[in-house]
Amino acid sequence: MTILKLVLIELWKRKSQLITGLLAITLGIAVIIAIQSVSVVSERNVARNLDNLGANILVLPQGASIDDYYTSDIDAPTLPMDYVERILTSTIAGVDNMSPKLTRRVKVGDQSVVLTGILPKSEIASKPLWQSSGLLGAELKTTCAPNQSANKSHGLEDDKLKRKAIDTLNSKDCLAGSQVAKKLRLSTNGRINIMGKEFNVVKILPETGTVDDDRIFANLHDVQQLLGIENQVSAIEIMGCCNAISEGLLGQLRNILPDTRITTIGQIVSTQIETNQLMKKVTLIMLIIIFFVGGISIGNYIWANVNERKREIGILRMMGAKRSIIYKMFLLKALILGVGGGFLGYLLGTFAGVILGPYLAGIVVKPVYIYLLWSVLFSVAISLAGSLFPTYLAAKFDPHTNLQED
Amino acid sequence: MILQGENILKQYHHKGEMINALDHVSFKVNKGDFVTVTGPSGSGKSTLLLALFGLIRLTSGNIIFDGKRIDNISDRQLTEIRKKSVGYILQSFALIPYLTTIQNVMIPLALEKVPGKEQVKRAREILEYVGLSDRMEHLPREISAGQQQRIAIARSIIHRPQIIMADEPTGNLDPTLSLEILEFLKKINRENKITIIMVTHSPVAAEYGTMKLHLNEGKIMESGK
Repeated sequence: MTILKLVLIELWKRKSQLITGLLAITLGIAVIIAIQSVSVVSERNVARNLDNLGANILVLPQGASIDDYYTSDIDAPTLPMDYVERILTSTIAGVDNMSPKLTRRVKVGDQSVVLTGILPKSEIASKPLWQSSGLLGAELKTTCAPNQSANKSHGLEDDKLKRKAIDTLNSKDCLAGSQVAKKLRLSTNGRINIMGKEFNVVKILPETGTVDDDRIFANLHDVQQLLGIENQVSAIEIMGCCNAISEGLLGQLRNILPDTRITTIGQIVSTQIETNQLMKKVTLIMLIIIFFVGGISIGNYIWANVNERKREIGILRMMGAKRSIIYKMFLLKALILGVGGGFLGYLLGTFAGVILGPYLAGIVVKPVYIYLLWSVLFSVAISLAGSLFPTYLAAKFDPHTNLQED
Repeated sequence: MILQGENILKQYHHKGEMINALDHVSFKVNKGDFVTVTGPSGSGKSTLLLALFGLIRLTSGNIIFDGKRIDNISDRQLTEIRKKSVGYILQSFALIPYLTTIQNVMIPLALEKVPGKEQVKRAREILEYVGLSDRMEHLPREISAGQQQRIAIARSIIHRPQIIMADEPTGNLDPTLSLEILEFLKKINRENKITIIMVTHSPVAAEYGTMKLHLNEGKIMESGK
């Protein structure tokens, strides 16, 4: 017989009380783990999307919306290609690279696909998956392109994330997104007829989870000619220096391109980042609430247990148990509850995140194993903090007062 | 001499009045004595029992145990003395309800951090001694009152104390079981030379004492062998 065994036997013999005691702390931890699991995956997705986007400024024709750009309807407005020259010849600092694009929805057989014209030398191929597919070209000269440490901050430590341009994309060559390739049953070195012109499919791009998966990329000049929209583009994607954007790059661009709509792609993502930050704040608030509610709940449970076991405490003190033994008895119990509650809370919260994540947030949530350590530590802290005062009172009981209840 | 009380005074405040629960009580107990303490309800018998090893603090007076004063030492030291040298038997048995017979008996050894195997060996021996070797895995509620009191006795002697303090040990038992327990205490007293101080209401139980104290209103009215 040891004090630990005494505690374990008592817990086991009073299972219903044990379950009640565990429930509050388990549910509290589970809620935090579920929220945190979903938000951490969401944040990683945002970071990945940011890197996949590459460009962070979008120049659109006046009156065009982001939706127009993505849907690429036949009558979507365009802007003159000269605007690229206008930016290049200006003295605006912080424009690292420009990628003009012409995008239109076209019919290939009976399928509707998006054809995108790009300038190979300036197309920003910062998309990590594109690069891993072997489309590496010369590294773009940038003033403040993301470096390794910036990538690390996004949780992506791949050295290939340096921004590089596609070397060549000859006339009659095209690249096909993964989804469109599936839809049209295209393969590398295969052929495709677009509006009467034959193209060689030089590469099937790996899946990126973005609109690029549904696109066919060809040389901009060929696409302009094919669509009969000479010297016009749907948008100019700009890779702008982050510092320059915050210092007014957008305003300077608007000054030289007054009849355009200039937006940062970052703005779209920043909404998601703000949502994540909100989630973090909500988690913190819940953490504080659960600390107090969980602590009070455990404290209440231990206090009820102390009262129920007054005679037992008296008997033990009479037989020579020091106050420290009483502390040990109840704090060990709190520790076991804390470890159990943290462990079960992690399992329940992770399970909830994995199951509910795809439905509620549209993302695939995977278990974050480090949270097991944090949930156990947090749960133990709540449990011990809540139990300290009732245990102090239990240790202070006069043994004879409780024995006189006989 | 193993225990001596000198001018023991224990006062309580009750409804603005000062009550002398023990009023300058003095006595001497020799090693191996079987002391019975009798007296009417409220005479101070149980208070005396609790006060002797610090479960209640005295207002004044001295208590000397095994040649040392113990009325002025710390709670911690008194707890240590109770753990090593004193066994307690109470009227209501004071067993821990969720522990089996053998687990209840092992508690004093657990407090002394005796190794597990040694605990089990000694608990088995002592349960055989009190005739409960066939009830070792039973919970208190599964056995009779007489058997519960024998568990309490086994628990009080397993750590080989010098003295047993028994507060109405037969108070909850019928006459036949009472005699059985009293005979058992007598056996322990004789065979193990353990000093016993037993508080009782029962004149029959009082006859088992080799030394008798009679209290009334906190004073010793009669003391003799």
